[in-house]
Amino acid sequence: MAGTAVRGRLTWQTATVGSVTDETPKVRTLSLEVPDWSGHRAGQHVDIRLTADDGYQAERAYSIASAPGEPLAITVERLDDGEVSPYLTEDLQPGDFLEVRGPIGGYFVWEPAFGGPLLLLAGGSGVVPLRSMLRCRASAGSPVPARLLYSSRSFQDVIYRAELDGLSDGVEVIHALTRSQPPGWTGYARRVDQQMLAEVAWPAAQQPLAYVCGPTSFVEAVASGLVGLGYPAGRVKTERFGATGQ
Amino acid sequence: MSPISRGFHRKRQEEPAGRVPPGQYVTKDFPVLSAGPTPHTALANWTFSIEGGQAPKSWTWEEFRGLPAETLTTDIHCVTRWSKLDTTWQGVSLDVLLAAVEYDARYVLAFCDGGYTTNLPVADLTGGRAWVAFGYDGGPLGAEHGGPARLLVPHLYFWKSAKWVRGLRLRDTDEPGFWENYGYHMYGDPWREQRYAGD
Amino acid sequence: MKALDDYALDGNAIGGLLIEVFGTEMTTATGTCGGCGAVSQVAELAVYRSALGTVVRCRACDAVLMTFVQIHGVTCVDLQGLASLA
Repeated sequence: MAGTAVRGRLTWQTATVGSVTDETPKVRTLSLEVPDWSGHRAGQHVDIRLTADDGYQAERAYSIASAPGEPLAITVERLDDGEVSPYLTEDLQPGDFLEVRGPIGGYFVWEPAFGGPLLLLAGGSGVVPLRSMLRCRASAGSPVPARLLYSSRSFQDVIYRAELDGLSDGVEVIHALTRSQPPGWTGYARRVDQQMLAEVAWPAAQQPLAYVCGPTSFVEAVASGLVGLGYPAGRVKTERFGATGQ
Repeated sequence: MSPISRGFHRKRQEEPAGRVPPGQYVTKDFPVLSAGPTPHTALANWTFSIEGGQAPKSWTWEEFRGLPAETLTTDIHCVTRWSKLDTTWQGVSLDVLLAAVEYDARYVLAFCDGGYTTNLPVADLTGGRAWVAFGYDGGPLGAEHGGPARLLVPHLYFWKSAKWVRGLRLRDTDEPGFWENYGYHMYGDPWREQRYAGD
Repeated sequence: MKALDDYALDGNAIGGLLIEVFGTEMTTATGTCGGCGAVSQVAELAVYRSALGTVVRCRACDAVLMTFVQIHGVTCVDLQGLASLA
């Protein structure tokens, strides 16, 4: 079958939290140590499982934030009414345990051999797998031109802000701040719409590869917008995060 | 054996003793979880029907809203262990709706926009224990919670309170609905923890 | 205010469940709807994670293609809505 080969059956492995990094007031990156980590591809995710002392278990899926070859890291956004994300972003400390299953995914993946030009479109925490793709591109020294259109509520909500600001070498990052903007902001100050896509997207004639990730409503609007610009549906890959962060 | 994640626990509130069925936890949330896309039936096209009696009976939205309605406050219990206390609803009692039909069936299959079905004994729809609810928490029932109208049978697990209900099919035998087909309990009494077939 | 559609996901979200059930990566597999004939990669199908189970639907006609229910550690898989899965 076409797609990723899976090394053996997928099993739960115990991971130890190595370090935690607060990216924004609501978002934290967890670096995880997994003894037999088999590596991963840019865009894949892991399933995380937590077990309470009464045996209660909760599972969630999180995109891998690190590049292939780097240690496993996930970036989690705290949902105010969530059950797992408040624990992962506030309570979990280095040295704590959780279970990891993965890496998972053969569809929403990119590697330099796939070419481009690459168009990455992120709604909120949808930026996580796309950041893995950009890090993959950078560490491979890939010449594929890349553009990231990244929609966030406000400047404070931009995840990996400093890292994205520091990107050059064939990568353009375009921000859309939908709810509030800092003084002097000259960038997009509204939700992604057809006009913005037309201004930012690579022309369809260049045969770009597009990856769209974020809440379902964002993904649906952007994906159909790209098809409206002439992108073949097969060159627009989508990953919906949904309202519950699952 | 999974390692314990230090300090992790289920989201829960303190539950007043005896107030919730065994194995349940109280929540203030009202999770939206569905098996399919939210239907959008225009009220002009909406009907509620009871089939399988002496003669089929159907109400338009205007006719349905013209029936006597009640306001009630009740607890609801989901098979996934959350319970929500003191929820308020507005609806038409199934006693009123079933009184309009002559039947001798003992079971129903409730059917809904989107194709969802669930089965119940007729006895559990009567005696002031079930409603077709069109209002929640003082306002119209939102589409994400089953509006314009859903079945409300709070003495059974909440999967029996079918969202986007459009009618009942009266039957002589108890046939499993959508989830019951896959192993959920045919009856679903939370006080006897009847979550799965065989419980 | 979340858009109603934000509650629907796609096949990516059940990648782990699919490997559990089928023993291999399935998000790039191709499913054909038994109702309308629409062909789609599993990753692009509409996925609804209900409290009681996971329902996978055709994006074109909303027909149920796959249902997964996990009870007492056993997963029940219903693929009757698919004309084919390859």
